[in-house]
Amino acid sequence: MTFSPELEAKFADLVTHYPEGRQRAALIPMLMFGQEEVGSITPEFMEEVGKRLGLNTMQVDEVVGYYSMLHKKAMGKYHVQVCTNVACLLRGGAELYDHACHKLGLGHKEVSADGLISLEEVECMGACSWAPAVQVNYDFHHEVTTDQLDTILEGLKK
Amino acid sequence: MKLFNEPSPLETKIISFRFGLENSASIDTYLANDGYKALRKALEMTPDDIINEVKASNLRGRGGAGFPTGMKWSFVPRASEKPKYIVVNADESEPGTCKDRLLIQHDPHQLIEGCLLGALAVGAKKGWIYIRGEYNYLIHIMDKAIAEAYNNGYLGKNICGSNFEFDLYTHTGAGAYECGEESALLESLEGKRGVPRIRPPFPAVSGAFQSPTLLNNVETFSSVPAILRMGGQAYADLGVPKSGGTRLVCMSGHVNKPGVYEVPLGFPLMKFVNEIGGGVWKGRALKAIIPGGSSSPLLKAEECDIPMDYDSIAKAGSMLGSGGLMVMDETTDMVKVALRIMRFYQHESCGWCIPCREGTTWLKKMLQRVSDGHGQTRDIDLIGDLAQNMMGRTFCPLGDAAAMPTIAIVKKYRNEFEEYVARNPFASPELVSIA
Repeated sequence: MTFSPELEAKFADLVTHYPEGRQRAALIPMLMFGQEEVGSITPEFMEEVGKRLGLNTMQVDEVVGYYSMLHKKAMGKYHVQVCTNVACLLRGGAELYDHACHKLGLGHKEVSADGLISLEEVECMGACSWAPAVQVNYDFHHEVTTDQLDTILEGLKK
Repeated sequence: MKLFNEPSPLETKIISFRFGLENSASIDTYLANDGYKALRKALEMTPDDIINEVKASNLRGRGGAGFPTGMKWSFVPRASEKPKYIVVNADESEPGTCKDRLLIQHDPHQLIEGCLLGALAVGAKKGWIYIRGEYNYLIHIMDKAIAEAYNNGYLGKNICGSNFEFDLYTHTGAGAYECGEESALLESLEGKRGVPRIRPPFPAVSGAFQSPTLLNNVETFSSVPAILRMGGQAYADLGVPKSGGTRLVCMSGHVNKPGVYEVPLGFPLMKFVNEIGGGVWKGRALKAIIPGGSSSPLLKAEECDIPMDYDSIAKAGSMLGSGGLMVMDETTDMVKVALRIMRFYQHESCGWCIPCREGTTWLKKMLQRVSDGHGQTRDIDLIGDLAQNMMGRTFCPLGDAAAMPTIAIVKKYRNEFEEYVARNPFASPELVSIA
């Protein structure tokens, strides 16, 4: 498995951030940044990262299973995350999530047939004072109404 | 970067005064506005002088636990032969909390300077800022600020011409509330599952890579430059005894002007909601306030006439916690709130301790049953009992965090749970006629 030169450079830099002999610490950043390029956490990707850090695939796998942002199944090109935790719930987060489900015809962690859009009901993402909040990939949208959500979703193009 | 909410004239801006300045995240803006002055002062001071200044400020940890910061700094064994590390907790994920995000977004250099002061105080040469995965854009802002600091001689070797050296890196999380707990964060930083460690030893003695580690929240580190500039006593005097200075409070929920505002410790809670927050929205009455993130027990409207400082809120039976203040109006359904809070903790329980893993799972099931209209009266008692039995029986505070709000909601709004149960035709056998 090969990575882009940019990602290779990033990996090479990451392992220098930690004390000698503790390079395993770079594992989660490598998985997070690598996932953006690879698309999901595949067995080959885990094996490759493990090789660089002196870990076997199972040691990588047990870490992957713990973190909610590391996806073994590829999410859509646009991963739409709607928060329904308390602060968002109080300002319509649950209704917004229901609206997104109907509009997209998708449920929690489901991906559209063309792989373009996926949906996830997420826990608090730190936008409580500007609720309800939606994140598309890493882009935050604050105080989102159902109309605004429609506009956001319609803007997600191939 | 644009401000997310309008500032209020009632704020006391000590650590947020650069928010909203043009290019506030740049080193030029920082230097033009008292930036790195505290560092230059600290380079002339001894480590003990720095720690004593922080102790005098009565600064208490802004991440949730409220532990006196100066004392925490003094616990790091400076004589140890092991390297010492700085770790910043930017894994902000307590529901209701969104302040650390702004501190990095608008003023990353203030955090860097705070780390440098911590490093001088404990003799650290390396540090990491652990940023939650969802805050990806902050990693770019922080990395840019760190690069600027290196280029201007504020990080790396011979900082400001002295023999002090310090390297600072960002480190991304990958989505886990539990990693906001300090020992789980350290496990995660080392590239493992984020499960808590048994303590003692505390991170001050054995933290990152089993070395002495100074670990504080973003806001805690960001407060230290102001403390050294103005003096610990002057900072303490802004607040009330035992709760010094100012803090960012994140107001959310049913208010007219939600937002993040900086106020002195001891600021009256109702004045905060009514005058800074513009009061409860839609002209409705206040029902309850969660004062410090979803793990803090809620306060009924009649209990809210108190000052916002650690001790006053503790006296009222809750916690100032992480400053995540959620306001609920009279129409709020407390059964739904209790269920949503429990769904969160059940999802985020790391599974390490059985009372938490099983407790949150069964509490969620019972709350779901009541909410779905299939509850029995005995469920209400069982919810309270089970939550009570989780308290203090887990490695980390997540078990308590799930139990505390549940106990408070069931106790204070038992009538609402009973109304749900009363709608279940099979709930009370004694009411069913057998004739």
